Amino acid sequence: MKSKYILEVEGIKQTYYDHSDNSFQVLNNINLQIREGEFVTIVGPTGCGKSTLLRMILGSEKPSAGRVLMDGKEVKKPNRDRGVVFQKYSLFDNLTVRQNVRIGLELENFNIFGNFLNMVLPGWKLESFKELVDEYLEKVNLLEHADKFPHQLSGGMRQRVAIAQAMIMKPKVLLMDEPFGALDAGTTEQMHAFMLDQWRESGQTILFVTHDLEEAIYLGTRVIVLSQYYKDADGAKVVKDFNTPWPHPRELAVKEEIQFQDMIKSIRNEGLNSNYLLDHKDFDLSHQDAIPLSI
Amino acid sequence: MLSANRKSTNWMDTGLSVLLFILVISLYQYFAYQRHLLNPEDKLIPTFSQIFDAFNRATFIPDRNGAYRLWQDSVASGERIFISMIFIFMGILIGVYMGLFSVLDKLLYKFFIFFDKIPALAILPILFIVFGLGEVSKIALIVIGVVPTIILDTYLKVKAFPQEQIVKAMTMSASKTQTIFKVILPKIFPSALDSIRLNFKAVVLFLISGEALAATEGLGYRIFVVRRYMAMDLIISYVIWIGLLSILVDAGIRFWIKKSYPWYNK
Repeated sequence: MKSKYILEVEGIKQTYYDHSDNSFQVLNNINLQIREGEFVTIVGPTGCGKSTLLRMILGSEKPSAGRVLMDGKEVKKPNRDRGVVFQKYSLFDNLTVRQNVRIGLELENFNIFGNFLNMVLPGWKLESFKELVDEYLEKVNLLEHADKFPHQLSGGMRQRVAIAQAMIMKPKVLLMDEPFGALDAGTTEQMHAFMLDQWRESGQTILFVTHDLEEAIYLGTRVIVLSQYYKDADGAKVVKDFNTPWPHPRELAVKEEIQFQDMIKSIRNEGLNSNYLLDHKDFDLSHQDAIPLSI
Repeated sequence: MLSANRKSTNWMDTGLSVLLFILVISLYQYFAYQRHLLNPEDKLIPTFSQIFDAFNRATFIPDRNGAYRLWQDSVASGERIFISMIFIFMGILIGVYMGLFSVLDKLLYKFFIFFDKIPALAILPILFIVFGLGEVSKIALIVIGVVPTIILDTYLKVKAFPQEQIVKAMTMSASKTQTIFKVILPKIFPSALDSIRLNFKAVVLFLISGEALAATEGLGYRIFVVRRYMAMDLIISYVIWIGLLSILVDAGIRFWIKKSYPWYNK
């Protein structure tokens, strides 16, 4: 039976060991259900394991307990259903912007015969991708930089290439790990507008990890707060899971609204503050798909 | 470079970089001249005209058998280096596979570490006994001496390869083979070329050692043969020739990297 959720995270735990074999629980029983088309942002204090959770959903890291389901099937390895944009090292620095955007198509449509023809007649098969690649370069506004290498681009441009590179494959789910973490404020704002446009157009499901609360609330239709700062804590749990009330497309002005500011404050005080330990009954799991605490 | 704005080289810099060359050459010529005043037959320190003369004889005047020795020797040595290079490039591939597949890693890593630590020259007698005095043992010497280094070097580069990019390739439906040939190899190839360039000195060293002991032609063979007649003039001209060829190879590889991989080291 097909699940109504595109992604299900079932009871994930992750334990790390340090040099002297002391165990350290990072994630404690994380349960999530995510529907197709949601823009989910995940925030939390440093070291709460939000990137770890993303890597598990991606399939590049194995949880010590629990499992991740995509379309009802267990995730074992990264595959083309889930695209990814990292903060760093996202681009292949030996390829030009155009080649970086194109490489996914090349990898997917690989066959030895075609590859051989390409060697004899350069660009024979690559020509057929040209229109699509140009379309995406146009979208991220980098058509005039198409033949530059990543080291010749600014940080914002590089992340735009990385997004185009992931998006051109049209993955069902796009995972983003602090993609704008290293950019300046002005560039970040442009990237937000761009990301929201892309999301509305493609209807993709996006999971977006960030440490910036304003970014999380402004972008997400649903905000999930992971935190290890609650009473009797042993590893991070989902302490908040709620809807953001503003319909998309959003004006930048929503950031000035009192409700928006209050949301930031409550996350900051209850989720990110190591001196304030939240009680289990005060977890804000108001989202329709949020799973109530079992203990 | 710190002085990024100064593009023009001034004559002081140029002068400094050739100063020692000029000094050594003049001193050499001075002593050679002094000795020749005392004994015109002196063979120990030939003057430059004698060295040039020897070079000329080896290069442009056929010997008894009608062969131009320098070219004949260069071609013979070049062939040996060329064949070794094929193995060296295969070493890059072995290093990549070793870095990616843990079975190969466990199987080969310690083995190559061990071989890398054994001085290849120490097993030259074994090579001569096993393979005889022919081409095989000379090429085997170069391969055993240099390939483990190249393999381990590539292995470390693959181990240090950003995991994010491998994951990224997997999210774009890359198979393991595609990851190797379309993602990893293209990126580490120029730095592998660079380590071949730096190890070329060892290649030449092993070549000359092998040739010195058993050969009928080759650059190393020639200088060791003419040693018997104290033909310093020919030895020095061969040494300079070998140096020039090595510089040429070095510059050639650097040019290759610069032209084909403009993104490298940026």
